[in-house]
Amino acid sequence: MTDGAVELALLEEGPAVAKGDVLLRADHLKKYFPIKSGILIQREVARVHAVDDVSFELRAGETLGLVGESGCGKSTLARCIARLYDITSGSLEFEGTDISKYSRRQLRAVRRDLQMIFQDPYASLNPRKRVGAIISDPLRIHRAGSRDQIRRRILELLELVGLSAEHINRYPHEFSGGQRQRIGVARALALKPKLVIADEPVSALDVSIRAQVINLLDDLQDELGLTYIFIAHDLGVVRHVSDRIAVMYLGKIVEISPAEELYQRPVHPYTEALLSAVPVPDPDLSASRQRLVLEGDVPSPIDPPSGCRFHPRCRYATQVCKAAEPPLVQHGSLGHLAACHHPLSLQTQVGAWATVPVSAETPLSETATT
Amino acid sequence: MADPLLDIRNLKVAFRTDDGLVRAVDGVSLSLYEGETLGIVGESGSGKSVTMMSVMRLITDPNAQFDGEVIYKGTNLMGMSQDQIRSIRGAGISMIFQDPMTSLNPVYKVGWQIEEQIREHEHVSRPAARDRAVELLTAVGIPNARERADAYPHQFSGGMRQRVMIAMAVSCNPDVLIADEPTTALDVTIQAQILSLIKKLKQDFGTAVVLITHDMGVVADMADRIAVMYAGRIIEQGTQRELFYDPQHPYTWGLLGSIARLDRPRPRRLTAIPGLPPSLMQLPVGCAFGERCAHRFERCRETPLLLDRAGPGHLDACHLSAQQKQDVRDRTIHPELVEERP
Repeated sequence: MTDGAVELALLEEGPAVAKGDVLLRADHLKKYFPIKSGILIQREVARVHAVDDVSFELRAGETLGLVGESGCGKSTLARCIARLYDITSGSLEFEGTDISKYSRRQLRAVRRDLQMIFQDPYASLNPRKRVGAIISDPLRIHRAGSRDQIRRRILELLELVGLSAEHINRYPHEFSGGQRQRIGVARALALKPKLVIADEPVSALDVSIRAQVINLLDDLQDELGLTYIFIAHDLGVVRHVSDRIAVMYLGKIVEISPAEELYQRPVHPYTEALLSAVPVPDPDLSASRQRLVLEGDVPSPIDPPSGCRFHPRCRYATQVCKAAEPPLVQHGSLGHLAACHHPLSLQTQVGAWATVPVSAETPLSETATT
Repeated sequence: MADPLLDIRNLKVAFRTDDGLVRAVDGVSLSLYEGETLGIVGESGSGKSVTMMSVMRLITDPNAQFDGEVIYKGTNLMGMSQDQIRSIRGAGISMIFQDPMTSLNPVYKVGWQIEEQIREHEHVSRPAARDRAVELLTAVGIPNARERADAYPHQFSGGMRQRVMIAMAVSCNPDVLIADEPTTALDVTIQAQILSLIKKLKQDFGTAVVLITHDMGVVADMADRIAVMYAGRIIEQGTQRELFYDPQHPYTWGLLGSIARLDRPRPRRLTAIPGLPPSLMQLPVGCAFGERCAHRFERCRETPLLLDRAGPGHLDACHLSAQQKQDVRDRTIHPELVEERP
C-alpha cells in the first residue's frame, strides 16, 4: 500500500469533543446541481438550488431533527454533511476542521466518525453479501483490527442492535425490513462514529417495527454518547427523537428551535401548516382541530420564488415577502430562530400542538376532549 | 339495517408457492353500507390489500386459490367471468392505489385515459367524454384542467397524479371507491389535501369508501367504521369511536401505543410490539398474535373467534374477559402513564 502513513494515522483517536461542545458547524452551505444541455458541448443552462445557504451548529450528544416536504433539500443536506456530495460553496466544520474541500483520501479519516443510516433497508444492503461481511466492511476498509478482533466486534455489534450471533452468515433477503434496518445500524456503528446521520431510517417500516427501531436508536445514543442528525417526514417521530428541530423549505432552513417549543409555539407559517396537517389518532380531537390545508405543491427549486420562498403558498404573505428575503433571526426564546416577515404570535397560531397533559387519573378516552 | 352494498363473506385467498401454501386472507367477512367509510387497518402482509384486490378480481396469479363470496347488488363477484367483472370495475366499484405513477399509463395523456374509461362504460362521443374529463379534473382540483388534460402522467407531481387517479376512479359515478393507501407516498401537506378531496367527493356523490391504510391518524380523520387485520384475519372491528376509545384486542392496543403522537406529552419510550408478524405459511396454533402478546394465557392455544364480546357490532378475537381487558389496557398502551400513578 502506498498510503501506509495514512492508514496508521487512521488508527489514532481524533481530538475528543466533550458533550455539549460544537461537533459540526455548517456555514452558508450551498449545493447546486447543474442542469446541462446541448450536443457535444454540454452547457449549464440552469441550476437546482437543492441546498441554498444553510447555517447551523450541532452539539455533541444532541439529536437534530430535519423535517420538510420531499424536495426541500433535507436529504441533499445530509449527503453534503457526510460529504457524499461535493459542496458548491460554504464551509463545513467537523470537530473544528473545515472538511468542505477535503479530497476523497482526506475524507476517509473523517468518515470513521461520521456515518449514515439510509431509508431503504432493501436497497442499502448488498444482496450478495452475508451479514457478517456487510457489517465488517467498514472495519476492514479502515483496518480496524485483526481478523479475530473484527469477528469479535461483529458479534458485539449484532448483540448491540438486537440480532443474534447465528445471523452472521445469512443474506439480507432472509431478514424482515426491521431486522435489515438493524443490520444497517450495526454497520453504521461499526467504527464507533461520533455523528450518525439517519436519513428516514424508519419510514419504510411498519408502525410496530418502527417503534422498535426508534427505541433502539434511542438506547444506542444513551449507551454510546452518539450525536444524531435525524431526517424524517413523520413529525411525530421527529419530535420523539429530537432535542432540536430544523424545518426546511426549498433548500433553506425556515425555522430551527428546541423540539418541544417548535410544536407548541411555531413561528413560521410553514411550520404551522406542516404541524396542522398531521393526522391525529384521536377522532374527537381530529374533528375539533382546525386544519390549514396548504394549497398547491412545492415550487421548483430550479427557479425558486423571489423573496421568501414560501410566499406563494403563505396565507399571511404581503408585498414585502415577495421583495425581500427574510433573515433567520431569533424569535421567542434563545435558540429559536425563524426566517419570516410576519412571524406568528401566540394568539394567531392554529397548528400548534398544546399537548394536553394526560393525568394518570383520567382514562385515556377522556383526555382528548378536555 | 339496510342491506349492505358490498358483502364479503368468509373470503379466503391462498397462494401456492414452492415452499408451501401462503394463506394471505384467511376467512374475512366484511360489510360495507351505503355512504359510509370503512377503514381497514393493518401492517404489510396482514391481507388488507389482497382482500380488496380480490373483491375487484384483480388477482390473476394462476397460483391463487379463492374461496368465499363477495356479494355486490345481489350477485357474487367471485363467480363472474373477467368480461362480466369489467362492467363492474370503474362503474360500480373502482379503486385507487398507493403509487399513482404505476397505475397511470405513462404513454397516454391523462385526459385521454379518463375519456377511455368513460367511453368503456357509456356511449358518449369523444368530445362529450373530453368535457366530462375536464370537468372531473377541475372537480379534483387540477388548475387549468383543459390544458392539463393534454399532459402526460410524468408531468404531474405526486399529489396531482393522485388527483388524476381519483378523477378517473370517480368518472363513472361508482357506488364504492376502494382507496389502497392513497396518501402513503405523499407528504403530510399533500396528504391533507387528498384526504379532504376524498371526503368532499364522498359528500357530493354519496360514494361509499373503503380506505386501506396503516396510519391510525388517517382512519381517525376519515372512517366511520374500522376493521383491524392481522395475519390474514380481522382481529377487531367496530365503529371509529369504539376502536379508539374502547379498543378490545391487544394488537389494536399495540398499534395505538407505538405511534409517536403529537397530542400527548412525549413518552420516554414508545411502546413497541415485540417480535415480528408470523409467517403466513406456518401460522401458529391458536391466536396468531399470541407470540407477541404480553397477556397470553392457556386458552390462547385455541383460535379465538371474532365475536361481539364488548357490545353489539363491536367484534374482537381475543380470549381475555372484558374485565381483564379493562385492567390491562391502559398499562399496555401507555405503560409510563400508569407507572406514575401514586
